[in-house]
Amino acid sequence: MSSLLSFTVLGIFTGAAYAIAASGLVLTYSTTRVFNVAHGAFGMVMAFVYWDFSQRQGIPAWLALGLVLLVVAPLFGLFVQRFVTRNLGDSPVSVSLVVTVGLFVGLIGFAQWVWKPEARSVPQFFDQAGFNLGDVFITYHQLLTILLSAAVAAGLFLLLNRTRVGTAMRASVDNPELLKLYGGKPGLVAALAWAIGTSLAALAGILLTPVIGLDYYDLTLLVINAYAAAMLGRLKSLPLTFAGAMTLGILQSYAVAYLPSSGDLSGLRAVIPTLFLFAVIILMPQAQLRVGQVKGIVSAPLPTVRRSVVAGGALVVLMALLTLSMSSSNILLAGTAATYAMVMLSLVLLTGYGGHVSLAQFTFAGVGALAWAKLDSPNLLGLVLAALVAAAVGALVALPVLRLTGLYLALSTLAFGVLMDKLVFQASFAFGFNGSLPAERLALLGIPVTDGGTYVLLMTIVFVAMGIGLLQLRRGRLGRILIAMRDSPAACGTLGLNMRWFRVGLFGLSAGMAGLAGALFAGLRQTISATDFQLLSSLPLLLLAVVCGVTSVTGAAIGGVGFMLLPVLQSNYPGLAGLAFVVIGFGAVALGRDPNGIANLLFALGRKVEGRLWPAVADRMPSLPSLPLPGLRREDEPVGKHRHVDQPAWRIDLTPDDTQVVPMEGVAGHGASRG
Amino acid sequence: MALLEVDDVVVQFGGVTAVDQARFSLEGGRVTGLIGPNGAGKTTCFNVITGLQKPTSGHVRYDGRDITSMQPHRRAKRGMARTFQRLEAFGSLSVRDNVRVALDIHHGLRGLLQRTPASRVDALLERVGIAEYADERADSIPTGTARLLELARALAGEPRLLLLDEPSSGLDESETDDFGSLLRDLAGEGRAVLMVEHDMDLVMSVCDEIHVLDFGQVIASGTPGEIRANRRVQEAYLGQADEEPVEQTTLIDPITTEIPAVQS
Repeated sequence: MSSLLSFTVLGIFTGAAYAIAASGLVLTYSTTRVFNVAHGAFGMVMAFVYWDFSQRQGIPAWLALGLVLLVVAPLFGLFVQRFVTRNLGDSPVSVSLVVTVGLFVGLIGFAQWVWKPEARSVPQFFDQAGFNLGDVFITYHQLLTILLSAAVAAGLFLLLNRTRVGTAMRASVDNPELLKLYGGKPGLVAALAWAIGTSLAALAGILLTPVIGLDYYDLTLLVINAYAAAMLGRLKSLPLTFAGAMTLGILQSYAVAYLPSSGDLSGLRAVIPTLFLFAVIILMPQAQLRVGQVKGIVSAPLPTVRRSVVAGGALVVLMALLTLSMSSSNILLAGTAATYAMVMLSLVLLTGYGGHVSLAQFTFAGVGALAWAKLDSPNLLGLVLAALVAAAVGALVALPVLRLTGLYLALSTLAFGVLMDKLVFQASFAFGFNGSLPAERLALLGIPVTDGGTYVLLMTIVFVAMGIGLLQLRRGRLGRILIAMRDSPAACGTLGLNMRWFRVGLFGLSAGMAGLAGALFAGLRQTISATDFQLLSSLPLLLLAVVCGVTSVTGAAIGGVGFMLLPVLQSNYPGLAGLAFVVIGFGAVALGRDPNGIANLLFALGRKVEGRLWPAVADRMPSLPSLPLPGLRREDEPVGKHRHVDQPAWRIDLTPDDTQVVPMEGVAGHGASRG
Repeated sequence: MALLEVDDVVVQFGGVTAVDQARFSLEGGRVTGLIGPNGAGKTTCFNVITGLQKPTSGHVRYDGRDITSMQPHRRAKRGMARTFQRLEAFGSLSVRDNVRVALDIHHGLRGLLQRTPASRVDALLERVGIAEYADERADSIPTGTARLLELARALAGEPRLLLLDEPSSGLDESETDDFGSLLRDLAGEGRAVLMVEHDMDLVMSVCDEIHVLDFGQVIASGTPGEIRANRRVQEAYLGQADEEPVEQTTLIDPITTEIPAVQS
């Protein structure tokens, strides 16, 4: 009995800390419509600052706490609101998620860089002192936390209901447009909300640190618990958020007490918040379509069919030449890059074309790899099956959130990633705890591709095929609808499109592509483990994909190579640890608003070069080589003078007697009209 | 019987009532104007009718059926189409592809399997008079043209009820005249047309009936002549209707005491 009571007290304590964090999240989201994925990272950094003040510099605990909560955290919140998240609420959810995920990753890197990994501890307030309630011992730290959460609740209630700025905050929850129209000051409201929100994240982080330790990741991932609580209040209602936080805290505490601590279900205790989040998301009511989200995301220009085939061919030839001279460790790296590039390609479909965000793309690759290893049929059929398994899992993740919009879809991928990370991948029926599985290499027509170089070449060919297939999809009817859904869901809805099944299909296809990459990766490594597909790698992957250009196949190729190079750089220069995360994270913060990324700069450069050089070359080239590509006739696409539109300036005409490329206007493809 | 009935619809955002027991109905073959100062709740009314905003209370009936909680795409399938005040054109697609997507969506699964005839797309672009922009990207065309594009896109679904949110802003005088006669034609084919519009000349010359919203309430309904003569309307609105943007001197801000911002 007393143990039940003491676990209840422990649960209320954790719940109180979650409530503090979650109310900060609700405050910032509801006033600015920016869902701060980095809310936990804010708390983590502030807990480190508090450690720095109180432990390293020896400032008294109360003063350090005051400094962090009243000075450092609010200023940081103001800074972020002013320079990072301002106006982000009007952007598509994919942009605001990428930017805050950028903060998330960047802040982890920043903390690792400033406070190098070492054992640190933060004592509880009032040391271990406490009092007995019946036969349960309650520390003053726990009591303080519970009292503080009550104070936060009361303070927020007074702020929102009894002050003018609070009324404005509540109005902006529902309709920021109207608030503006009625003369409210959304800027002031947003700044205040972010200052208070960051302070609350800091408070929660500091209160929880003595219990869960000062860790870069554990504190950052606490945000998932806060999401879960905040979701119960639909990111709006503070009372429901508090109720959610308390329920979650107590559930978690009981799980620690009563669920098995060994065996396949041992991971269950760690995923209680995730399961809670899933349950809440599934029970959420239908979301309304939002009007006025379009902020003219200009996609990278769509290359002509010929261009993509030529570029793909060039990549394969280049890779063939490279593999001839590479050492076997470099061949492994090249194959890794090809894997990452394929996973990024799946993000081009999902995020670049579809405008949705997956925060767990590596997890889908992991599902593909697991299926490949378990199926143990190393042929093309096995490859297709592995991809199909991943696709089915992806569709399943999207299915419960059919009725909801992008943010919830993205959060459920995160929840799914945690679930797989902690519960499934480490279970004995999967990779096993710290375990690994053997995987065979793909066999073509019964001949296994044993040579590493050949295998990597094969991976490159698959990447190119996927890229060309993706572009072909984009050119077609489905691709147009996909872009339309991204540009304006509200218009699609009012035109009569039921977007639910499209979303499920899109998620499935994207997960299938990632799964295919995972299966090929398993074959490349020949042994795979859960650590190859950690959830937390998915976030920098997403960011690098956006920075390199998530709207183009070229961007995916660049991103794949870049992501492969990161750990290589870090192991060569250990001093850089954390810095790479800082660069990617804050790079995404800076560039996240333009998902065309680096690739688009290259395209622009390419067009310029072409405009100058190509005419000169073309003069000396009387006829172009013919392309034996049947079925590329696109005569329904008129070729006007406006070449920047998604239309090929080439028509590839195939007649029985004469196969040749017919330039439609100007000098074909020379950028005469693009320059 | 009326095609659409808006019945005591109330929409509240926090403490602000955007639409306050609005009540009106629309019939096929007629052009109806919805006018009122900025912030009067016109666009919110559109959102309620098309399903983008759930009303706090009240009902919307369409074709004799209560559709208050029906999904937007289902309403569209039943012949409802709209344009947006803040443009919602598919910016990354060409003008032609915007209309093509709308036709594909309208045709549903059949649209995915069969080729949408190019002639159909061209006919729609011709009809609203923007055929010359067919190959431009939708985010690079002038505002007025983009509004016409949204109209062409809306017409792709062969709607029985057409809702136009400030369709003529961005059009010059002769374009506005052409647009007016296009509206008459569209209504002449049996459609019900509801239009939010600030150009009083256009509203007065084209509409069969006008409803005036102020503070979310319908303060007057009638023919253009009746509305022109209505003193309450004159006080609230028409006195300054000659110029754009309309001044909002009557609107007292419930949140702060500052002069409300005027959206152009």
